[in-house]
Amino acid sequence: MTLNPMHQFEVYRIGPEINIDGVNLSFTNASFFMAVSAILILSLLFFGTKKKLLIPSKIQLITEMSYTFIAKMINDTAGSSAKAFFPFVFTLFMFVLFCNMVGMLPYSFAVTSQIIVTFALAAIVFIGVTITGFIKHGINYLELFVPKGVPIVLLPLIIVIEIISYLARPVSLSVRLFANMLAGHTMLKVFGGFVISLGLLGGWLPLSFTVALTGLEILVAFLQAYVFAILTCIYLNDALNLQH
Amino acid sequence: MELEAAKMIGAGLASIALAGAGVGIGLIFGNYLSGAMRNPSAAAKQFPNLLLGFALAEATGLFGLVVALIILFAF
Repeated sequence: MTLNPMHQFEVYRIGPEINIDGVNLSFTNASFFMAVSAILILSLLFFGTKKKLLIPSKIQLITEMSYTFIAKMINDTAGSSAKAFFPFVFTLFMFVLFCNMVGMLPYSFAVTSQIIVTFALAAIVFIGVTITGFIKHGINYLELFVPKGVPIVLLPLIIVIEIISYLARPVSLSVRLFANMLAGHTMLKVFGGFVISLGLLGGWLPLSFTVALTGLEILVAFLQAYVFAILTCIYLNDALNLQH
Repeated sequence: MELEAAKMIGAGLASIALAGAGVGIGLIFGNYLSGAMRNPSAAAKQFPNLLLGFALAEATGLFGLVVALIILFAF
């Protein structure tokens, strides 16, 4: 049972079963690790901004670095008019990053390897960006689907392609994060299984591979959080600065 | 053909997607290196873009994994 590489993604109930109107709202291991990530983020930001020193301590430095990192990213990709969306993008980035990183700890659970979690996040981004675009530009927001400088003959085809690619955004955004985390954790478990099956003599080779792959997975965990945040910024840029 | 065997073959075929992802990642890093050799002073500024391209290309290959999983478990 423990040798099955998919076993680690099983969601099970912790504590009492809560059923409201046929909807299962029990506290699961996924919700537990989501709460752990949220508490870690809150405590990082709380302790990082508690003592505001001119020469920052390590924890204050991490907090300031993450703030400037996201602020610079929003400014570079979506322009200064997207400053109002800083809290949203910052929350999104920190939540995905901490869920990924907490998932890298042994015996923990990677929340972002559940498609429903990443799809919910991507749907929030998609719906929020669409509403923002319509509030800012009104019906003119539909110009997004009509690129400038395209010959009239090609226009019906281009509009259909643009609409499909717009609707595919939440799917690709969520599946990218989900597939990366799923593939990484499965690969680690498969190589871990090789260590056991090859035994004391040949097991060292896959063990060293596992160590190297863990490093790669930590890089991927950060990179996917970064990609999620920067794609959100790019979509926001499309909605705020309508230009073609 | 047995359905189980066809599923296995289909899931295996879905891993061909990795060929395209490998080409893509190779292109990104190769082009970054050749660009960085020509103009080393501009290389550091483009490093975030390199990582972004790497992550996007890698994810394309992983869509193949999702297809394999759908074939194996959803049907």
